[in-house]
Amino acid sequence: MYDEEVIYDSRRLVPPEEHTRPTTERPWVRRTLIGIAVVFMGLVLVLPLLLVFVEAFRKGAETYFAAFSDRNSQSAITLTLLVAAIAVPLNLVFGVAAAWCVAKYEFWGKSFLITLIDLPFSVSPVVSGMVYVLLFGAQSALGPILKANHIEIIFAVPGIVLATIFVTFPFIARELIPLMEDQGSVDEEAALSLGATGWQTFTRVTLPNIKWGLLYGVLLCNARAMGEFGAVSVVSGHIRGKTTTMPLDIEILYNEYNFTAAFAIASLLAMLALVTLVFKTILEFRFGDELAGTRRH
Amino acid sequence: MKKTARILALGGLVAALALTGAVTARAQDQTLLNVSYDPTRELYEQFNEAFAKHWKDTTGGNVTIEQSHGGSGKQAQAVIDGLGADVVTLALEGDINAIVTKSGLIDENWRAEFPNNSTPYTSTIVFLVRKGNPKAIADWGDLVKDGVEVITPNPKTSGGARWNYLAAWAYANKASGGDEAKDVDFIKQLYKHVPVLDTGARGSTVTFAQKELGDVLLAWENEAYLVLDEFGAENFDIVYPPSSIRAEPPVAIVDKNVEAHGTQALAKAYLEYLYSPEGQTIAARNHYRPSDPSVVTDPALVAAFPKIDLISIDDPLFGGWKTAQPKHFGDGGIFDQVYTPAQ
Repeated sequence: MYDEEVIYDSRRLVPPEEHTRPTTERPWVRRTLIGIAVVFMGLVLVLPLLLVFVEAFRKGAETYFAAFSDRNSQSAITLTLLVAAIAVPLNLVFGVAAAWCVAKYEFWGKSFLITLIDLPFSVSPVVSGMVYVLLFGAQSALGPILKANHIEIIFAVPGIVLATIFVTFPFIARELIPLMEDQGSVDEEAALSLGATGWQTFTRVTLPNIKWGLLYGVLLCNARAMGEFGAVSVVSGHIRGKTTTMPLDIEILYNEYNFTAAFAIASLLAMLALVTLVFKTILEFRFGDELAGTRRH
Repeated sequence: MKKTARILALGGLVAALALTGAVTARAQDQTLLNVSYDPTRELYEQFNEAFAKHWKDTTGGNVTIEQSHGGSGKQAQAVIDGLGADVVTLALEGDINAIVTKSGLIDENWRAEFPNNSTPYTSTIVFLVRKGNPKAIADWGDLVKDGVEVITPNPKTSGGARWNYLAAWAYANKASGGDEAKDVDFIKQLYKHVPVLDTGARGSTVTFAQKELGDVLLAWENEAYLVLDEFGAENFDIVYPPSSIRAEPPVAIVDKNVEAHGTQALAKAYLEYLYSPEGQTIAARNHYRPSDPSVVTDPALVAAFPKIDLISIDDPLFGGWKTAQPKHFGDGGIFDQVYTPAQ
């Protein structure tokens, strides 16, 4: 019966070689375009990254590993991991709560809330840091109260954690909002009508639906939390061995002409980022369909 | 889900442990925070080690000295904003004065607390040139010759850069016989030869030595020697101009902070130790000019400093920092008037 309806069968009307492709560029144009993209990526991304490792190993593996036995650098690595260990779980909770709120409810000022969530993306990290200095600094209204109670926020670990949370806030929320909006609240309504409690609905229905998006957001959030420089630099006070994170330690080492050690720490930071990327790629490969169906960008 | 919970719990545990660790460490040992400027890293690394030993020998107590380095003005602002420095060792008197006026953390008579206006070591500005001095730079006048590129940081942000500027001004003033219009013109010419203005002295040194830009670096004397050590003496020469400036980086106790920390005695002993034979010798070894050369244990270290004409900021030509700062570096001051980025 389909044979009769030739009008729908392109194979009958047009011979294969004349079949138009979705893109009309000639092969050489396509190859040039791809070539430009590859060369550009190589120059801007791959080459600098490789150079980090080349510089780090310039004086041999022994010097490379010696960089990690330095007390100040070890404390910088510990601090970075500590900050990420606090900031990421908190943002996990905040992010899920914010995304839940935006995706499942309609309320006045919702688009304003979404804009607010995006704010840390658009504000320069330096400004994010300054905000906390203005808020908790000795010259602020809160300053004397904090001082009287011996509470240290800026130029101490809490300030670094706060600045990191601020900068990394959108990563998880931004990942979840489109996902949860697409899914709507039908599943949750079904669960509730079947007698599930709120918590049961969340852990057995919502969470399994968003788990991959959530994991993805956590990875990105973690990468940024460990790598943040600007905001942390403003609130850190740069006390060596106490309030310097890995990115700040790299700057200090570089300024001390200790280039090998600077690049060694930089390579560790880059490797942490690469591990994150590898995880991300594995996730995409393994659960590509699920992710593609739920992500917008 | 259970796994996530376990990871969360583990994270919390790590955080709690780290915090407890920090608290117990503070209870056992005394800690002193020295907020300093950029080029003193190597000096204080050695000095802190010597002082910790001295403190242990004399009092039996353990002291951990923490260091924070950065641009001098930026560091002063951090102390004003609440960075808990016990002592400040900065590049400029004006930066300590800023802490006095903006926060009241330091007693206004701080300059009288330690000898030599609370300046334990001085330094000067010298020229660092490429090996063999290919552009034949010997004096400040040579900096404005055709084809000479000068590397110096921005005097609006860098303490060292202000000394560079003032040393050049002093030369121009002497050459012109006190004609200020000609002095301004010399400064204008000079900054036309500067291809890049970094924000701090270390940035300029890296620009000159690592990125190999420019023919001459206007540098702190100690910074110039450090470059020879770090980048190889075979690549550079230090040129002493016939005249330069006496840079006086002062030190002070942050009174309100040491009261709060209970570190008054420690902070006083720390800064006093800078004037001791040991402290002065360490300064000289790091190419800072000791304020009391007679106590330096190795006379060769003192003899190594070439004698050149050094003008002080308190000379009538400048009238001290309180006059010089707004006149030259304030908003709309002479630097603002003459500086246009090099083509």
